[in-house]
Amino acid sequence: MRRGVTLNRLRSNIPDGWGDADKQRRVRTGEDRSMKLSGKEKEILSGSYGPGAARAMKILQALGHIHDAPDTVPVGSVQVSGVSYGNIGEYGLSFLEEWASAGSRVRVPAFMNPGGADMTLWKNLGFPAEYVQKQERVVSALQSFGVEPSLTCAPYHDGIIPAFGEHIAWAESSAVCYANSVLGARTNREGGPSALAAALTGRTPRHTMHVPERRLPTRLVRVNCPAPGAAEAGALGVIIGRSLSSDRDGGIPYITGTAPPAGPLRTTWLKALGAGMAASGSIGLFHMEGTTPEAIRDGGILEQAAAAGNQLEIDALNAGYGLLATGSGRIDLVALGCPHYSTEDLELIASMLEGKEIRIPLWIFVSRKVREAAASSGLLGRLERTGALLVSDTCIVVAPLDALGIKTVATDSAKAAFYLPSHQGARVHFGGTEVCVEAALRGDWSTW
Amino acid sequence: MIEQDFDAKKKIRGRVIQPGETRGRVLKSPVPVGFFGHLDPESGIYRETGHPLDGISVTDRVMVFPKAKGSTVGSYIIYGLSRSGKGPAAMILEECDTIVAVGAIIGEVPAVDQIDISMISDGALVRVKDGVVSIEEG
Repeated sequence: MRRGVTLNRLRSNIPDGWGDADKQRRVRTGEDRSMKLSGKEKEILSGSYGPGAARAMKILQALGHIHDAPDTVPVGSVQVSGVSYGNIGEYGLSFLEEWASAGSRVRVPAFMNPGGADMTLWKNLGFPAEYVQKQERVVSALQSFGVEPSLTCAPYHDGIIPAFGEHIAWAESSAVCYANSVLGARTNREGGPSALAAALTGRTPRHTMHVPERRLPTRLVRVNCPAPGAAEAGALGVIIGRSLSSDRDGGIPYITGTAPPAGPLRTTWLKALGAGMAASGSIGLFHMEGTTPEAIRDGGILEQAAAAGNQLEIDALNAGYGLLATGSGRIDLVALGCPHYSTEDLELIASMLEGKEIRIPLWIFVSRKVREAAASSGLLGRLERTGALLVSDTCIVVAPLDALGIKTVATDSAKAAFYLPSHQGARVHFGGTEVCVEAALRGDWSTW
Repeated sequence: MIEQDFDAKKKIRGRVIQPGETRGRVLKSPVPVGFFGHLDPESGIYRETGHPLDGISVTDRVMVFPKAKGSTVGSYIIYGLSRSGKGPAAMILEECDTIVAVGAIIGEVPAVDQIDISMISDGALVRVKDGVVSIEEG
């Protein structure tokens, strides 16, 4: 810790990458408050690149305008949300089909957030055909723009890993938190149309998370209790997300006193923590002492900025668990993989289940790419022999649980536990990964 | 016959989110408005227990509210309202966010923000053009 760093230094003499905000921020006059467009962007806006790209530029211009962006930045990749038919509905679908009919194509790699159904296994899993047909139309509209049907909330498990400092336009809230915090990339929390607009132009307005100064923490968070597993990390995230929700930009915590476990669970833990805080609040970036890349590079600066505000002390995770555990009685489904599990996560479950058979359905949500890799490595077979299923292209939060007759879910995901009651009317048994696997094997949620 | 005075009583200048000219009766909410889950694009009726707009149709009204709340899917609700012909004539806000900006653009609903909404009463007749709100009556 560099105690000698002063706030004054923060403004006047800060390391590379933090101090250029002023240079980036154009001095404005009272008359011209609009975002500055390059020659090419003006051409796109005027329709030289087709009506679809013109609409995209119009959306970016308006968003730049309301967020006081001086100009745009090029993005390396785009994650498009608003894919689940259940979420966007008939009007979202007709909007995408209409926009797609304008014939625009993506200019940078773009890929989809999960939709509402496993596009291969849906029949066996009991998804209604009519719903799946609508879902297929959403996916094919997006594919006609050139958006890849990766259908995952964890693109970093599909090999899409943005570089430190790279501008991207990602949309799913846990992926945004992971990319900003764990990878040090720069993205705002995009919505469906704004992400698609970024994909069709290769640009996004330069504001908020794209401006180094705006990435400084708003709060010092001291964790004074253990959080060893992914479920605990998620519960911790939920507490932080709620506590910081009225801070600038949804809050940016500088977290001390806790760290992810070493080994393959490191990613799982960080993923769960970010997903929890993004769900319960609107945090898109966290710093963690000694762990996240910006904290490792500029820890003293960040801690100094955080110390200027109020502090949050977390002495126990009970408040998080209390909020997340809403279920009682029998379990309809044990759901793991929210956010989507990695191959390493699957290995762990396979070793827990080895030689055993489950008594209640266990669905593990993964990207189709991770599922395919598991199929060729034999991991899929090992899991399926126990009765577990790998489900792709969708997730427990957006799948039509009502139509599937699922009312009570057991999960290790704080994010799922947070959303299921309000979004799906389902109740949740929330606990660690081992506890959830044990519940699938025993057939009930015993407290022992 | 008494000639009606169409001169605006008051003109308020804001920031254009989506251009367009329109005229209508104000439907005012002093509290944030949620689009997704509250506004039915088929009927144009707002539903939220305890909310001042609960049970009221937004169709052809000039919606005046401080800001939006809730899911970004709300943009598609604004688009849907426009498509079904049940949408508002315009939206006037204090602070426009991504939900309303995107919705106004894709639904082509005239929208203005940075307006002090305390100057506009519910039921007033207003004209909205190029970021200027003219109060004609009320």
